[in-house]
Amino acid sequence: MKYSANSVWENKDVYDVAVIGAGHAGCEAALACARLGMRTIVFTVSMESVAMMPCNPNIGGTSKGHLVREVDALGGEMGKIIDQTFIQSKMLNRSKGPAVHSLRAQADKARYSTAMRMVLENQENLDIKQTEVTEILTEEGKVTGVRIVSGAVYPCRAVILCTGTYLKARCIYGDVSLETGPNGLQAATHLTDCLKNLGIRMYRFKTGTPARIDRNSIDFSKMEEQKGDEYVTPFSFTTDPESIQREQVSCWLTYTNERTHEIIRNNLDRSPLFSGMIEGTGPRYCPSIEDKIVKFADKDRHQVFIEPEGESTTEMYIGGMSSSLPEDVQYEMYRSVPGLEHAKIMRNAYAIEYDCIDARQLYPTLEFREIEGLYSAGQFNGSSGYEEAAAQGLIAGINAALKMKGGEQIVLDRSQAYIGVLIDDLVTKESHEPYRMMTSRAEYRLLLRQDNADQRLTKIGYEIGLIPQERYERLLEKEKQIASEIERVEHVNVGTSEAVQNLLKQYGSTPLSSGSTIAELIRRPELSYEILAPIDPQRPNVSHETSEQININIKYDGYIKRQMRQVEQFKKMEKKRIPEDIDYDKVKSLRIEAVQKLKEQRPVSIGQASRISGVSPADISVLLVYLESIR
Amino acid sequence: MKTTQTIAAIATAMTDSGIGIVRISGPEAFDVIDRIYKGKKKISEQPSHTVHYGWIKDGEDTIDEVLVMIMRGPHSYTGEDTIEINCHGGVYVVKKILETVIKNGARTAEPGEFTKRAFLNGKMDLSRAEAVIDVIHAKNKYALKNSVSQLRGAVQKKIGKIREEILYHTAYIESALDDPEHISLDGYGEKLVDKLDELLKTLQKLMKDADNGRMIQEGIRTVIIGKPNAGKSSLLNALVGEERAIVTDIEGTTRDVLEESIQLNGISLNIVDTAGIRKTEDIVEKIGVNKAKDQMQDADLVIFVVDASRELDENDFEIIRMIREKKAVVLLNKSDLETKISKEELKQYLDKPMIEISAKEEEGIHELETILKDMFFQGEITFNDEIYITNIRQKEALGKAYESLQRVKDSVEAGMPEDFYTIDLMDAYEALGNITGETIGEDLVNEIFSKFCMGK
Repeated sequence: MKYSANSVWENKDVYDVAVIGAGHAGCEAALACARLGMRTIVFTVSMESVAMMPCNPNIGGTSKGHLVREVDALGGEMGKIIDQTFIQSKMLNRSKGPAVHSLRAQADKARYSTAMRMVLENQENLDIKQTEVTEILTEEGKVTGVRIVSGAVYPCRAVILCTGTYLKARCIYGDVSLETGPNGLQAATHLTDCLKNLGIRMYRFKTGTPARIDRNSIDFSKMEEQKGDEYVTPFSFTTDPESIQREQVSCWLTYTNERTHEIIRNNLDRSPLFSGMIEGTGPRYCPSIEDKIVKFADKDRHQVFIEPEGESTTEMYIGGMSSSLPEDVQYEMYRSVPGLEHAKIMRNAYAIEYDCIDARQLYPTLEFREIEGLYSAGQFNGSSGYEEAAAQGLIAGINAALKMKGGEQIVLDRSQAYIGVLIDDLVTKESHEPYRMMTSRAEYRLLLRQDNADQRLTKIGYEIGLIPQERYERLLEKEKQIASEIERVEHVNVGTSEAVQNLLKQYGSTPLSSGSTIAELIRRPELSYEILAPIDPQRPNVSHETSEQININIKYDGYIKRQMRQVEQFKKMEKKRIPEDIDYDKVKSLRIEAVQKLKEQRPVSIGQASRISGVSPADISVLLVYLESIR
Repeated sequence: MKTTQTIAAIATAMTDSGIGIVRISGPEAFDVIDRIYKGKKKISEQPSHTVHYGWIKDGEDTIDEVLVMIMRGPHSYTGEDTIEINCHGGVYVVKKILETVIKNGARTAEPGEFTKRAFLNGKMDLSRAEAVIDVIHAKNKYALKNSVSQLRGAVQKKIGKIREEILYHTAYIESALDDPEHISLDGYGEKLVDKLDELLKTLQKLMKDADNGRMIQEGIRTVIIGKPNAGKSSLLNALVGEERAIVTDIEGTTRDVLEESIQLNGISLNIVDTAGIRKTEDIVEKIGVNKAKDQMQDADLVIFVVDASRELDENDFEIIRMIREKKAVVLLNKSDLETKISKEELKQYLDKPMIEISAKEEEGIHELETILKDMFFQGEITFNDEIYITNIRQKEALGKAYESLQRVKDSVEAGMPEDFYTIDLMDAYEALGNITGETIGEDLVNEIFSKFCMGK
């Protein structure tokens, strides 16, 4: 087989899958493929940048924590690695409902990266290679291999693009513009042209990062200390909570002030964002400090979080103050913040521009519609965030492997997982900024909790082959126990005995006038399954995890049932597939706008079609009738 | 295919004569009828394809004496369990029965939905697919036009305002949930309850308006047209019985379009007074004239006011040309003055019913009323019943929004966590959007980013 007339050398190791990029998407993709028996090679421009965290030093956070849990429930790696390498951990939103509880951990960046690299290096079926990939080779619309910068060709059957922010990357602050990837690493300059030649539509996005400041130059006495949780909850369902209770480091909180804002305002004309030097579209959810000051001019201060980058470095991340202002303005601006008066900047803040794709060119499996065997994941797909990347990487890896094996690929829907919401949004909705996960994007979020990710997804992970038998059986056991215990408390009655009334009084709850079931009492906001233990003598011994599930399922039963009914409706529309070869011009009575959008997007189901802006409910009715008539 | 929701609609034309039929279809059709039917036997226990005599009740109130027909799926038009309630016609009664059905578990059918279901359930030949699509398309087009254009401007504005407020509060809560370290929700529940009380009150008022038919312009779309100063506004005032339109003897006073609903012997007329039609260079007046022409195109009935004290001129002839194909009544106004045009003369150009009147002295108004009534009952003028359905659909949506906001209040008072509030807030937002024809899309995410400063 010949892949190119002038190929220098053809690698004789035969690979099934080549993964381009070893960031958070690439690592999950490569591991999933290798674990599913694919001979896999992962290319990275630098061995030092495997699983690197070039921006914030944390994993998780609101809705992102959900993603990590889901990745773990499906058999991914991120949760396990952060459990090994966190230096502080916190469950956010604990005072709110269970659906928005979100785990976030500060990572020791260097250790995180090393730990992940070790897993990759020791994974059977997986090779790592430091080089730049310059070309995707195809024949008749099918992937046949990749070419690297030396000209050598690596034949393979599938390619997963996980190039992150490296494509034609440019880092900018003030009038300094460097053609590098994040952290000054080498950018990937050749691949974009090849992708364009393959007919792929590209976007140019922008994001940014704040400065890193030497902790020895910071006066923490002027800041508020932010500690981790007393009892740490692990990310991975496989991690024993007891094994990770360890000494944690602190983060610190300080604020910008009027002087900071004045410095920024006075120098806005020197910002590349406002001078037009940056063309890319930046994310609205993590604006640079200059953006915040312009857009929210009435706010007299903004929070600044000082977060350690690890235990083996004095670098501190200045959360909330990302910027692309010139170096001198950066010094002045950071030093106006209490506690940072003598700040020594170790790395300047910068904005970064990079090439990515319009992800509407992908199937929900993350395979390109027009190029068989080509998959993509992560920031390259127009998302942002380590967690969003990992989630897509895992799905792309799973699907590439399933495809090679000739099996059916998986698509999680919006009612199954945040991962489903993430991918559906990316491949369905037009977006002009990097996409970040948010809990408000999940319409069934009450069902998609971080605490039940295992119940939602581990069975799927098991069937794919990423979850071992023993872990799956443990889950089944847990589910059985939850169900039988809920059943039991729904039927156990308590009378109006003195013990009962006293317990209620103790927790400020209205005394009973007649008998009640334990479940009814659990529904009272001030009570819980645990609190009622003294008046429930037949109770079996259950784990903390199980009692949490009992509480949630009983307390929020009404809302949960309501969402489940909505999900039923939703699923019906998702199940109605639209044939690949449908000719929308032949569907009489579709509005012109709808025809255009449907042709452009080619939704796979009626459900997906209904989420495309510009397609009305009447169009959907018309489409349903049409599909029935051609069946 | 099994469709889970139960739908209902009026299956007959909305006139004051004959019988009216309300049709219910879906898995809960029998539950709905059992809740509202009072007769000798329970409907759900009766065999298919039988007819039963009894009453429809809304709680304690008896609405009408009816015949109920049962068709169990799949042996029905839609292939689902279907109930048809035959009642004494009359717009009011049929509407009331549909409303009761909706209150008891059904939802109003989408335009063309019965036909769609029949088709999807295999009750129709595949060759009829195109016809089905046409029905859906046509009905939707009409409903869309009506649901939004029939909505009074003030109502639309009010609903828009409520939606804005709901979105703002939802976005605030959501941004706090997404960024708890930057945005706090301490004490927010109490503030929200105050706001909710205010919104609930406004919604209640809107629901009352809907009950009184003040929300949309129900009725025969009647347009008064004529050249400047022919006496159109005086006529409207005479019909309405109050000084609604500004009347002066300066030509071109009515530069916009005024609207009023009146009841004539039980027929509702939705009357539009327009700017006088004439060739004009005045920009503002020109807009008025064009609007008048548009209004006329959409009208069910045109009342052409001719100034009998002046000779017919080119403006009159333009109007005559435009209304030839429309249902129209011609009024020879200013019979109190010396007339220069006779009925006979005008008949040469236009074959329509004609009356001499004096709008100023209110002479001939009664005759006009009689003619309109006759035209209506002889079926010469009709209007599309989708308008009534639209109103019921809108009322249903208002009710839903009200319930959702009430649930938010309950959640706050029961000490539920804040993330539960937004579920019902967004439900209310969506329901109200159905009235004004707006969907949710990316509204919430956009609002979060534009109003609240997110961290990182």
